[in-house]
Amino acid sequence: MAIWIEEDAKVLVQGITGKQGMFHADKMVEYGTNIVGGCTPGKGGQTVELQGSNYPVWNSMTEAITETDADATVIYVPPPFAGEAIMEAADAFDNVKGEGVIVCITEGIPTLDMVKAVAYVYNRPGVRLIGPNCPGIITPGDTGGAKIGIMPGHIHAKGRIGIVSKSGTLTYEAVAQTMSIDEGQSTCIGIGGDPVNGTGFIECLAAFEADEQTEAIVMIGEIGGTAEEEAAAWAAENMTKPIVGFVAGATAPPGKRMGHAGAIISGGKGTAEEKFAAFEAAGIACAKDPSELGSVLLDSLKKAGLR
Amino acid sequence: MNIHEYQGKELLRANGVPVLDGVHCKTVEEALDAYDLLNSKVVAVKSQIHAGGRGKGTLYNPKTRDHVMDGGVKIAFSKDEVKSYSENILGNILVTIQTGDEGKLVSNLYIESGCDIEHEFYLALLVDRENKAVMIMASTEGGMNIEDVAHETPELIHKITIDPNSGLMGFQNRDLGIALGLSGKALKSFMKMLVRMYQMFVSNDCTMVEINPLVKTKSDDIVALDAKVSFDENAEFRHKDWDSLRDLNEEEDVEVRAKESGLSYVKLDGNIGCLVNGAGLAMATMDVIKLYGGEPANFLDVGGGANEEQVKTAFSIILEDPNVKGILVNIFGGIMRCDIIARGVIAATEALSLEVPLVVRLAGTNVGEGKEILSKSTLNIHPADDLAEGAQKIVALIGGGGQ
Repeated sequence: MAIWIEEDAKVLVQGITGKQGMFHADKMVEYGTNIVGGCTPGKGGQTVELQGSNYPVWNSMTEAITETDADATVIYVPPPFAGEAIMEAADAFDNVKGEGVIVCITEGIPTLDMVKAVAYVYNRPGVRLIGPNCPGIITPGDTGGAKIGIMPGHIHAKGRIGIVSKSGTLTYEAVAQTMSIDEGQSTCIGIGGDPVNGTGFIECLAAFEADEQTEAIVMIGEIGGTAEEEAAAWAAENMTKPIVGFVAGATAPPGKRMGHAGAIISGGKGTAEEKFAAFEAAGIACAKDPSELGSVLLDSLKKAGLR
Repeated sequence: MNIHEYQGKELLRANGVPVLDGVHCKTVEEALDAYDLLNSKVVAVKSQIHAGGRGKGTLYNPKTRDHVMDGGVKIAFSKDEVKSYSENILGNILVTIQTGDEGKLVSNLYIESGCDIEHEFYLALLVDRENKAVMIMASTEGGMNIEDVAHETPELIHKITIDPNSGLMGFQNRDLGIALGLSGKALKSFMKMLVRMYQMFVSNDCTMVEINPLVKTKSDDIVALDAKVSFDENAEFRHKDWDSLRDLNEEEDVEVRAKESGLSYVKLDGNIGCLVNGAGLAMATMDVIKLYGGEPANFLDVGGGANEEQVKTAFSIILEDPNVKGILVNIFGGIMRCDIIARGVIAATEALSLEVPLVVRLAGTNVGEGKEILSKSTLNIHPADDLAEGAQKIVALIGGGGQ
C-alpha cells in the first residue's frame, strides 16, 4: 500500500506532445511509471516515442480514460490552458470511472482560474487534484514505481516514511535526509505553493495515518497562509504516527513575494515563527535546519520504538 | 502587481463604481489647473505611492533628509493651499508605516474633489486561501487600520464567500449591506456598487481591491474614496493593458531585470549572497545562513531548468550588491544536472573575475561529475556536502556573522 497512487498505477500525460510534457513523460517511463498514453487536443491518433516504445495520443480525456482505464493524469499544459485541462480531466474521470487523481505540475496559472478549477473538482468527490505548481507525487516501488511529476526518481527508495511538502527542491532535500538514515519513502507529495491549490496538508496527513506502509511523516511548510497551523491543530487531535516538520522562510521580509505566488507574509500573518510554534504545540518534532531532518526523524523513530 | 490610487479609480469609474472627480498630476502647475477644473471648494491633495498609511506619513527632502511636511494626503481649502501642499509633496520622500525608513519618492499626485461624508466604511475583495474562493469583507469601522479593528472588535468585520459557480448572489449582497446598517436608497446604491466591483475584480484578475474608506454621503450615495488595487501577475498574458499601468519606479530595478532573465530575486540587508534552485530551498538556505550566525544578502531562485547563461546572470546580479562579502551556491539537482551547474559556476566566476569567497553545495543528479569539475578548477571554490556545512563555511570565510 501507499497513498492514492499505487506502484503500478496507469498514468496519462496531458500535454504529452509539448516539449515539457514529452521530456518528463520520457523520464517517468524510464523510472518505471506505467504511462498508458497522453492527450493533446487536435493530435489524436498520433503516437509519441518514449524510451524506444510508442504511446498513443488522444484528442480528449474522456476518450483517453475510456480507452486506457487510467488511474491518474499529469498536466504539463501551459498556464493559459491549465485550469481548463484540470476541469476536463475532472469531468472525464467523474463520468467514465467516478474516480481519478489529477497531478498539475504547471507553474503560473491565474489564481481565479484555480478558484474555478478547485470548485469544479470539489463537486466531483471521487476526483483528487494535487498541485498546481508542484513537483508531483511519487510512490517508489521494489523495482521502479510510480513517479508522476518532475522529481528526480533515482534519489528515492521504497520505505515507510511519508513526505508532504509545499516546495519542490526542499522535498528532494527531505527525501535525501530520510535516505541518510537508511529510511525509504511510502509516498512523497508536493502539494505546491500557490495560494489556491487542490489537496492540502490535512488530507495528506489523514491518508498517511490510514496507510499501513507509512509509519512516520515528514511535513515541510513555507511562509504564507495558515495551512500549516490548521494542519498542526488537526494533527494534534487525529495523528498517532510521529511527524517531523520544517518551515522555510524564517528570514523572509514581510510583503515580499518569495518566488512562489503564495509565499508571502501579508498583514503580519503566515510567518515561519507562527508556523513553527503551531508545529511544536502539536507535538511535531521540528528541525530548524533541513540538514537536521534526518537526525530529528531518527530521534522520533527511536522514541516511537520504530528503530 | 500593484497600481496607484488614481489608476485604481480610473478602473472603478470605467466599471461603473462611483468615485469622486479627480485629476492625475505630475507637476505643481498641473495641480493648480486641476483645482480650477474640478471647481470644488475643498479638494484632497494625495501623494501617489504604492504603500498604505500615506495620510499619517511624513515628507522629507530626498537629499538633506530635512523634514518637509507631516501628512502625505492633505485637504486644501484654496488654490494657495493646493500650491504649497503640491510643492511639499512632489519630488520629496514620503515615509509611512509601510515604506520602511528609506521611504518612497513621490512623482505623482492625485487632486480630488471633496464630498459631504456621513459615514466611513471599510470594504475589501480578495482571494481567500482558506476557502479557495473570493471573499468580500466589510466593516462599519472605515478610515482606520483594519488590522486593529480585526484584533480589537472582530465582530464588526462581516465576511461573505463567493461560490465561483454562482457569483455574488443578491441575498449575500443584501445581507452584507444590512450588516453595515444600510437601508433604503443607501442600501440600493451599495448593492449596485458591489455587483459592479465584483465583476471588475473577476474580469481584471485582481488579487485585492481594498476601499478604505468607502463612504456614505449626506445624500445617501455610496462612493469609493480610496482605491488599493492589485493584479495577479500570473494573468498578465490576458491583460495587455497592464504594461501601461506598471510604474517601474515603484519596483526594484534589479528585481525587474532578474525577472526578465527568468530569475526570482529579492534583495535583503545582509552580506552573504545566495544562489539556489527552487523557492522553498532558497528560503531555507537564507534561514540556515542566519541560523549559523550570518545574514543573507538576497533571495535568489534560478528555477528548475537554469542554463549556464542564467547562472552567470544570477552571479552578476548578486555581485551588484556592494554589501556582498561571500556567496553560497546551493543546488539540489533534479532535472537540473550538477555537472551543468558546476560548469556554469566556473564560467561565471571566471567571466566576472570573482573576488569574494564562494561555497558550493551540490546534491542530486550527476553530483559526482559536478564535484569533480569543481575540484579540478584552480579557482577559489569551497565545496560543501550539505546545507549546514555550506552555511557554516561561508560564515567562517567572511570572518563571522553579522555586518
